[in-house]
Amino acid sequence: MSKLEVIHAPERTHDAEELLRINAPLVAEWLVEFLRDEMIRRRGFHRAVVGLSGGVDSSVTAFLCARALGAENVWGIRMPYRTSSPESLEHAQLVIDQLGIHSRTIDITPAVDGYLQYEPDADGRRRGNVMARMRMIVLFDLSAKLNALPVGTGNKTERLFGYFTWHADDSPPINPLGDLFKTQVWQLARYLGVPEVIVSKPASADLIVGQTDEDDLGISYHLADQILYFLLRGYRVEQIEEMGYPPEKILLVKGRLESTHWKRHLPTTAMLSSTSINDYYLRPVDY
Amino acid sequence: MKIRVVSVQFKPRKGDVEHNLHRVAEVLRQVVEDGVPADVVVFPETITSGYFLEGGVREAARTREQILEALVRRYQPFARPEPLDVVLGFYELWHGKYYNSALYLTLSAEPESCRIVHTHRKFFLPTYGVFQEKRFVARGRNIEVFPTRFGPATVLICEDVWHSITGTIAALKGAEVFYVIAASPGRGFHGENVGNVMKWQQILCSVAEEHGVWVVNASLVGFEGGKGFVGQSMVVNPFGQVVVSAPLMKEAMITATIDTEEIAIARANAPLLADLESGLADLLIEMQEIAAEQHARDRQ
Repeated sequence: MSKLEVIHAPERTHDAEELLRINAPLVAEWLVEFLRDEMIRRRGFHRAVVGLSGGVDSSVTAFLCARALGAENVWGIRMPYRTSSPESLEHAQLVIDQLGIHSRTIDITPAVDGYLQYEPDADGRRRGNVMARMRMIVLFDLSAKLNALPVGTGNKTERLFGYFTWHADDSPPINPLGDLFKTQVWQLARYLGVPEVIVSKPASADLIVGQTDEDDLGISYHLADQILYFLLRGYRVEQIEEMGYPPEKILLVKGRLESTHWKRHLPTTAMLSSTSINDYYLRPVDY
Repeated sequence: MKIRVVSVQFKPRKGDVEHNLHRVAEVLRQVVEDGVPADVVVFPETITSGYFLEGGVREAARTREQILEALVRRYQPFARPEPLDVVLGFYELWHGKYYNSALYLTLSAEPESCRIVHTHRKFFLPTYGVFQEKRFVARGRNIEVFPTRFGPATVLICEDVWHSITGTIAALKGAEVFYVIAASPGRGFHGENVGNVMKWQQILCSVAEEHGVWVVNASLVGFEGGKGFVGQSMVVNPFGQVVVSAPLMKEAMITATIDTEEIAIARANAPLLADLESGLADLLIEMQEIAAEQHARDRQ
């Protein structure tokens, strides 16, 4: 009797590139609906202000706001410091021109330096924090002037890494991109038609000359997002190692993730009663 | 028997029960005044308050009598001569506990003829991931089938229908129409549609086809604290085919005329329910053995 052909199941692969792939048109539609629902229906705002850095996150946010509210209801605010790259201003202008949104350029140098003259020894990290918080002040003030809502631009990767200034770039009341990894924001950006020069340039907070996110973090976004994907789903370090990821990179990502939980929460409050807010007295944010 | 069903999806105002009951009534007014073909109008889970309430369940919960009274009062100014049945989800206060419940009501032009036909209290309470139901509401204890003006029906709420055994029980008890109300926050944006929409369609089609029943689904829409409910409510025939579906996310109503005579045709072609009935005694013994083993294992 002839032997039967044996068909083995293929080796299970963990194709993280594929796992991180999004249906960009569907995501865009979803986020546009999110912006309309949360801004117009829930809060009664028809206008948005977006801090435009010339980077991909703020560009995508502006594109989504223009779709959701109409370009005439979106203000792109450029807030350069004297050491900011001129390229950042130019790239932000590309977005302003392409969308036809309103724009303002506020030089934050005098305000930042006005404070820092009392703290001349502030290192780069502190100076960057002051700049980020000054931008937050500008955005909120202009939002009050324009009767608009500031829209956040932080992505999931930087939120998971704690790679933001607390109560600065994370402070706007709504954030459409906060559950999208950086590599997913790039996919969305290409679908939305964000200029390729913005999508393909190295990500930078542009707080220190020549700085890039990936240099700061010590890992590329492509690799970080894949490792984060598995860590968040509950895979152990050894399992991720078996998939072929470098152990030192896994530990780097895990370390950043686990040391920054506090940045993803409101201030820790000492509990004294059985009606402690957010411990016992629980109401969702939109209740 | 032909039943004209309407499934409605809209975004409720968070925690504002009076406003949302008014909105339900306004939809009923549209149905009556525009002559939308309707015997039964179905609204989603927690349509009176929104879904994610946490401790706010205590403030939004109402008794079923309060819901009936509020709808009867609002319905009277535009009531049509023939009765109109309504299915809707709400947070319920009942016997000193809070529940995630569904009502099947009959509204009529005469207030004294309006009545509660059935109350279902959600059996399977999701408490994992983004869900926290067990923390804030008690679990219902029954999967019931009840007589309506149009024959036997059941109401299931969201996770209730994700367990095939609840659909099995309802089908064995004789339900011909499953009213399935849901609040499903969208997750998974890789495929051609939102991940859980595709999963919902698969589940509803499977339960309809396996048991040869009609399924009328109403699913919440709108964002609650960034979590967007998918909508895409649908009606599925006893052959497991979607006959109509609402758009993703958007407020809408869909209509269909369901013919309960098609149930016999579907079941003749695929007599799975009859096979299940004939094997039920053996299955029951199997289930008892599983339960006994699980009980013994858990006591070790």
